Amino acid sequence: MSKHHISTTINGEPVEFLCDTAQTLLDVLRDELGLTGSKEGCGSGDCGACSVRVEGRLVCACLVLAAEVDGCEVETIEGVAQGNVLHPLQQVFLDEAALQCGICTPGIIVAAKALLEKNLDPTEEEIRFWLAGNLCRCTGYDKIVRAVQKAASVMRSA
Amino acid sequence: MGNEERQFKWVGTRQVRPDGVEKVTGQANYGADFTLPGMITGRVLRSPHAHARIRSIDTSAASALKGVRAVVTADDFPNLPSEVVAGGESPVNYRYISCNAIARDKVLYEGHAVAAVAASDPAVAEAALKLIQVEYELLPHVIDVREAMREDAPLLHEDLFTEGVDPKPARPSNIAKRTEFLLGDPAAGFAECEVIIERSYTTQPVHQGYIEPHACVASVAADGMTTVWSSSQGQFMVREFCAKLLKIADSDLRVIPAEIGGGFGGKTTVYLEPLAIALSRKSGKPVKMVMSREEVFKASGPTSGGVLHVKIGARRDGTLLAGECELAYQAGAFPGSPAIPGCMTAFACYDIPNAKTVGFDVVSNRPKCAAYRAPGAPMAAFAVESALDELALKLGMDPIELRLKNAAKEGTRALYGPKMPIIGFVETLEAARAHPHYNTPLKANQGRGIASGFWFNIGGQSSAALHINEDGTAEVVTGNPDIGGSRASMAIMAAEVLGIDYAKVKPLIGDTASVGYSFLTGGSRVTFATGKAVVEAANDVVQQLRARAAKIWKCEVEEVIWKDGVAHPAQGQTDTRTQLSLAEIAASAARTGGPISGKASLNAGGAGPGFGTHLCDVEVDPETGRVEVLRYTVIQDVGRAIHPSYVEGQMQGGAAQGIGWALNEEYVYDEQGRLQNPGFLDYRMPVASDLPMIDTVMVEVPNPAHPFGVRGVGEVPIVPPLAAVANAVARASGVRVNDLPISPPRLLAALMK
Amino acid sequence: MATVLLQPEFARRHTGGERIIEVEATTCQALIELLDERHPGFADAIAKGVVVAIDGQLYPDPLLQALKAGSEVCFLPALEGG
Repeated sequence: MSKHHISTTINGEPVEFLCDTAQTLLDVLRDELGLTGSKEGCGSGDCGACSVRVEGRLVCACLVLAAEVDGCEVETIEGVAQGNVLHPLQQVFLDEAALQCGICTPGIIVAAKALLEKNLDPTEEEIRFWLAGNLCRCTGYDKIVRAVQKAASVMRSA
Repeated sequence: MGNEERQFKWVGTRQVRPDGVEKVTGQANYGADFTLPGMITGRVLRSPHAHARIRSIDTSAASALKGVRAVVTADDFPNLPSEVVAGGESPVNYRYISCNAIARDKVLYEGHAVAAVAASDPAVAEAALKLIQVEYELLPHVIDVREAMREDAPLLHEDLFTEGVDPKPARPSNIAKRTEFLLGDPAAGFAECEVIIERSYTTQPVHQGYIEPHACVASVAADGMTTVWSSSQGQFMVREFCAKLLKIADSDLRVIPAEIGGGFGGKTTVYLEPLAIALSRKSGKPVKMVMSREEVFKASGPTSGGVLHVKIGARRDGTLLAGECELAYQAGAFPGSPAIPGCMTAFACYDIPNAKTVGFDVVSNRPKCAAYRAPGAPMAAFAVESALDELALKLGMDPIELRLKNAAKEGTRALYGPKMPIIGFVETLEAARAHPHYNTPLKANQGRGIASGFWFNIGGQSSAALHINEDGTAEVVTGNPDIGGSRASMAIMAAEVLGIDYAKVKPLIGDTASVGYSFLTGGSRVTFATGKAVVEAANDVVQQLRARAAKIWKCEVEEVIWKDGVAHPAQGQTDTRTQLSLAEIAASAARTGGPISGKASLNAGGAGPGFGTHLCDVEVDPETGRVEVLRYTVIQDVGRAIHPSYVEGQMQGGAAQGIGWALNEEYVYDEQGRLQNPGFLDYRMPVASDLPMIDTVMVEVPNPAHPFGVRGVGEVPIVPPLAAVANAVARASGVRVNDLPISPPRLLAALMK
Repeated sequence: MATVLLQPEFARRHTGGERIIEVEATTCQALIELLDERHPGFADAIAKGVVVAIDGQLYPDPLLQALKAGSEVCFLPALEGG
């Protein structure tokens, strides 16, 4: 069977790739395009380690077929910093030690960025429910939630 | 607390971790992120049966499939004898590890690896698995630990005879070992007791739940030189196990550690690495293997579930006089449950003059258990701390007062033999009593639980090298994967000793060919033991720096003092010489004897025991049986926090895992012994919306055996939560559930009784 | 003189049930050698899978450790962790 020719924009850059029908967006990002910042923790949309945005919408890349992103804008963790300037979320995650092993961190930062773009002053409960699809086994979420709160405050005063 | 206050410049500060930017930008390379040119993909064929004899395996059709480069079965691995030999840090039976990595003769659990395939394309590898013909003879299976202990239970290993009973049994058994610890005279102790609590408890196996599945790449060259890139808790462990399983010389096997996406003890053994090496050897190609989440659940180690029986007795005034605990832990398919540490830790928090614990290590048709944070201790603490809570209620005593009255202190004899060294358990209880959390009023359907916990912490073998660069910056190389910020701790300790800026010290984790042997990252040992090696290496460098300064100044080395990163003439010397900074000495190194490098290799003893006390508030919904954790406080003696944020992180993370253990997590098997919930949707780990903020109090009672007073901190925090939650539920609802998890259906059923 | 404390199970198997043994030794190695003379096989039993606690501190490399007068020595199963 022939492959699909997909034209898309990833982190602002035009990207074309060929994929099989069965390949997920995550497969293509990681295996074809070398964007391994999105992690595969489950392959079933339960852990959120592969969180990316398609047309601004937060999705699990393991649940999206690569062919579905034809003509779409895709944002991954690799597009969150502007060159070597970290996004406030990234800087605050470092300052507040909101990561331990770091495997869930890319997905959580992508997800939290999507939240803060909608709501720059989320409550603790809003943060916890927004991130309920992003599993972290190391931190108990405390420092993650605090970091998102602090990043929101940094961004509000920017 | 007996420690003179020393002012540290870097120890105890919250620095940004050196590997942080890579990890928040997605650039860090974890196990599955690594690729090599010409790399092919390996996949594993796993048993659909809980217990079966393998009559035959026909791989011919799979091998013939276009794109398949290699197929391996147990026949491609040496048939190792079953014998217990000295391993890296404790005894190992390599046959068990080998037969767990790939089944030989029998499959012992659903998911047990039977064959592996490598192909140019993942889809081809998957297709090839379907072409492998395995003829099984189904055997009766046993999942439950109590059933597995019965005389008529289906036997997993015909050559397994219970160790630790005299005379040696005539018949094989699923009970691999019986262990007993005794102190004083429990029968006499109980005879004196005025109050006795005796209860039975069960806990379920729970998975470590690291978000990163096991992953590796192996490449075997034509001359046999083998390189493995893998995510594990120890590159030297991977080398040791693979070398033994495949009969490779250590020098022909180089293991390069990837970043590790969580381990918690679960990555202290090998699953995929031996298969990947065998596939690469056969195909001549680098082979990458990554587990799916389903494979992680079905084929990698949970910790044991257990059945426990506890009896404790006291005087009316709350003085504990006697304790007994019998526990049976599921090992999974091969012997090796943490029954022994369960026995040793059960009563370790308390000064009980008469105590006895008996442990059974029991095999059943489940995946072989692996270490999980303080292996064996949380289950035992659940039983003992629950019983103590009942005792406190029965005596009408405050549960913290009861614990304080009986708390282990320096000099208390532990059931397992020695007297406790300097410990900080009492301090955690006092901090708990003084914490605002403990005195906050509760509403209807709410309850407050308290529980304590102990873990030994270990030391062991570690190496460190410290290289001074030409500009006076430094690299510190160690051999322990960084699971939760240890690079930052290593750099902090090196900077403290050298007296230079934290930012000038860059930590690096060496592969097995570039740094001396280091036992794995586990047992809460890295900041203690590897940290000690870093401090010794840094002291070695400081000695050399003083010697270089002495050469430049044409004086004796004793006349040079090292302070704040600068060589000073010793006091009393006429100060005509200028000071020399580390950077200045480094710049002149070529003229004073060449490069400046320090190293240390050691086997650290004296790891300070760790104690913690947890406070937990819950609200029980009487309509549904759902438990909500409202507030949680972790108090722990951390010795000395090198990087307080990452110490707090350990405390919070351990508590969260323990809360999941208490409330949600369990393995569900069907009648055929097949796991019904091998995914994150149905194996319900705590998510952000399940938990409150987790408050932390770090009590610092320094460990005299570490230059900065470090105690291990990673494991203690998972010990108390099971009982802290259960005690809170009991006090909130008036109903005590002694079988974990306290899931809504179970609690609702108990409430309706 | 150091005092060795053994768990009953270990003592039953390796020292004929003797649980508290006084040994004249200045290092842990000498102590083990003396016990092995009295109870052949003792050293082998210690060689794999045992850590030693001397006066409450656990040592993974016991042979090198010095003993003081009145030191208390316990042999424990080797411990790892998670």
